[in-house]
Amino acid sequence: MGNPRVKTDRKPPPAGRPAAPGIRQSMSGLHTWVGLLLGWVLYAMFLTGTVAYFKDELSQWMRPELPHQTEVPDQALVAQRVADALVAIAPGSPQWSLRLPDARNNSVYAFWRTAAAPGQRGFGEASFDPATGRKVTSRETMGGDFFYRFHFQFHYMPVIWGRWIAGVAAMFMLVAIVSGVITHKKIFVDFFTFRWGKGQRSWLDAHNALSVFGLPFHAMITYSGLVTLMALYMPWGEQAAIRTPAERQQLTAELSAFIQPGKPSGETAPLASIEDMVRHAQERWGRDNVGRVTVTHAGDAAARVAVARGEAGRVSMSPQYMEFEGPTGRLLAVHEGVGAAAETRGVLYALHLGRFSDSVTRWLYFLVSLAGTAMVGTGLVMWTVKRRQKLADPERPHVGFRLVERLNIAGIAGLSIAMAAFLWANRLLPQGMADRASWEIHGFFIVWALTLAHAALRPARTAWIEQLWTAAALLALLPVLNAATTRRPLWHSLAEGDWVFAGTDLLCWGLAGLHAVLAIRTARHQPRLRPARKPDRDPMAGAALRKGEA
Amino acid sequence: MTAVAGWIRGIGPLVSRIVAALFGGYALAALASVAVLALPMSKPQAVLTGMLASFAVYAGAVIWVFAARSARRAWTGLLVVAAPLLLAAWSVW
Repeated sequence: MGNPRVKTDRKPPPAGRPAAPGIRQSMSGLHTWVGLLLGWVLYAMFLTGTVAYFKDELSQWMRPELPHQTEVPDQALVAQRVADALVAIAPGSPQWSLRLPDARNNSVYAFWRTAAAPGQRGFGEASFDPATGRKVTSRETMGGDFFYRFHFQFHYMPVIWGRWIAGVAAMFMLVAIVSGVITHKKIFVDFFTFRWGKGQRSWLDAHNALSVFGLPFHAMITYSGLVTLMALYMPWGEQAAIRTPAERQQLTAELSAFIQPGKPSGETAPLASIEDMVRHAQERWGRDNVGRVTVTHAGDAAARVAVARGEAGRVSMSPQYMEFEGPTGRLLAVHEGVGAAAETRGVLYALHLGRFSDSVTRWLYFLVSLAGTAMVGTGLVMWTVKRRQKLADPERPHVGFRLVERLNIAGIAGLSIAMAAFLWANRLLPQGMADRASWEIHGFFIVWALTLAHAALRPARTAWIEQLWTAAALLALLPVLNAATTRRPLWHSLAEGDWVFAGTDLLCWGLAGLHAVLAIRTARHQPRLRPARKPDRDPMAGAALRKGEA
Repeated sequence: MTAVAGWIRGIGPLVSRIVAALFGGYALAALASVAVLALPMSKPQAVLTGMLASFAVYAGAVIWVFAARSARRAWTGLLVVAAPLLLAAWSVW
């Protein structure tokens, strides 16, 4: 789309510098177009991904029926309780796995492969109450996991498609980062430059500051994002080298603590005490630092149990686990090291997810990731700000300009509204409604589509202001809605020291304030359609363009 | 008038570069990820090294394609790098 407009980017920088030789201009053009084409996808990935740093907390907030967890329960006891439940729920399952509660998580998530007809691979999943070992009874919701999943596989499409789209977008992002740095000669000096209230220059300075401030993070998060799904994107080496089941097993062992089910013996033998096995792991990794228990062929003489280390206390996702013989509880092996390349992958993976973080680090992750979101957002807005001054007739902009302008409104302000609406739906949809969890998500997309329609129908500036105020209002009223619909209002959670609920409520107010500030600034801003300095930039443009194209 | 002529002359090379970046870059990255298997290390580590490095190769290729003075040079550069990688990849496939 819009190839002719590539030219507009090949102008020399406005500040009267001599026309720079090709590279900086071509990188600037590349930066503009890779940034724009999937910019809205990237913005959505960035913002939902940012929120996903608090996905466990958000999931708790979205299941208000589950009591506030004051301390982490003894993981060994919990593991035994839920394992007993799973033995009853999933008899003959070739593999089941449960994630133990920790400081951030007050329920036990478990999934199991069902012993379905051969050739079929069925799965079951449920959350369990650590105190009782029974299935959790709370409103049906996907919780914070919706934002988490959406940020790399979207929705309403096969997950593989979504992951490919996310991969292409991440690759665009990586190219935008590298080309942005090359474009930006005075990267350090410009970081300390900020020209307030100067229209395009202010947007440029904001974009630069946000980008440079978080540059190591943005580069890391983009590259590590690609790494999390690298086996999907780059399967060729694996296909060339890994040919036998034994080799596959070897590779899998470098990546995952999920032990794979072998062949059952057919001889029944009950599982030994899971509690004892987890105790063993607690001695090694700490009382609250056991992550996951995976069991293959429970109830069979060939059963195996893997008890994996938690995610706190080390910046790596590479597998560390103890493997036990199921019926006897005998320790078979301790897996604690993987090869250098696998460890590199494990570290990058962990850096992306940030699950190792304590609460201070987690907030830093959230803030710098929000800066990354704003970097993408300011870049998108700058595209229109830069071009509005050059429009032949500012009253009737060309279709490409209008498209970008409207998509920006719905993609940026509209997304905030849709995300807030998702949380509203969580509180307002009746409990016990059929497909309740899906309807929360449909609500998100319906509202998002409405913001796009609104952006298309209203004048651009008005649409920005109205949508930003709507987002501010929805966020500001969420704590009120929470107080009205649950027994855990803000004053109650503050008094109880329930920081999951209090934190979510307060963060909503903080974000409402941010949207209100943006709305006020947009309302006050007077765009200058015919800037005085226009004549001094144009004479150079044609010449530089022809040079650049040669 | 010159702008229109420039646009027509400009679009061919631009499309060529976009193809080189998207598909040439991916092919080069894929090739590099297989060529790594020729290095003296264990298979799982080599496979993972190839995957890890491939995105840097891809990004580098895209930057090269748009930094090169002409579309023809962009393609030539990709092919020059691809040749030894192809040899290495051939030896292990």
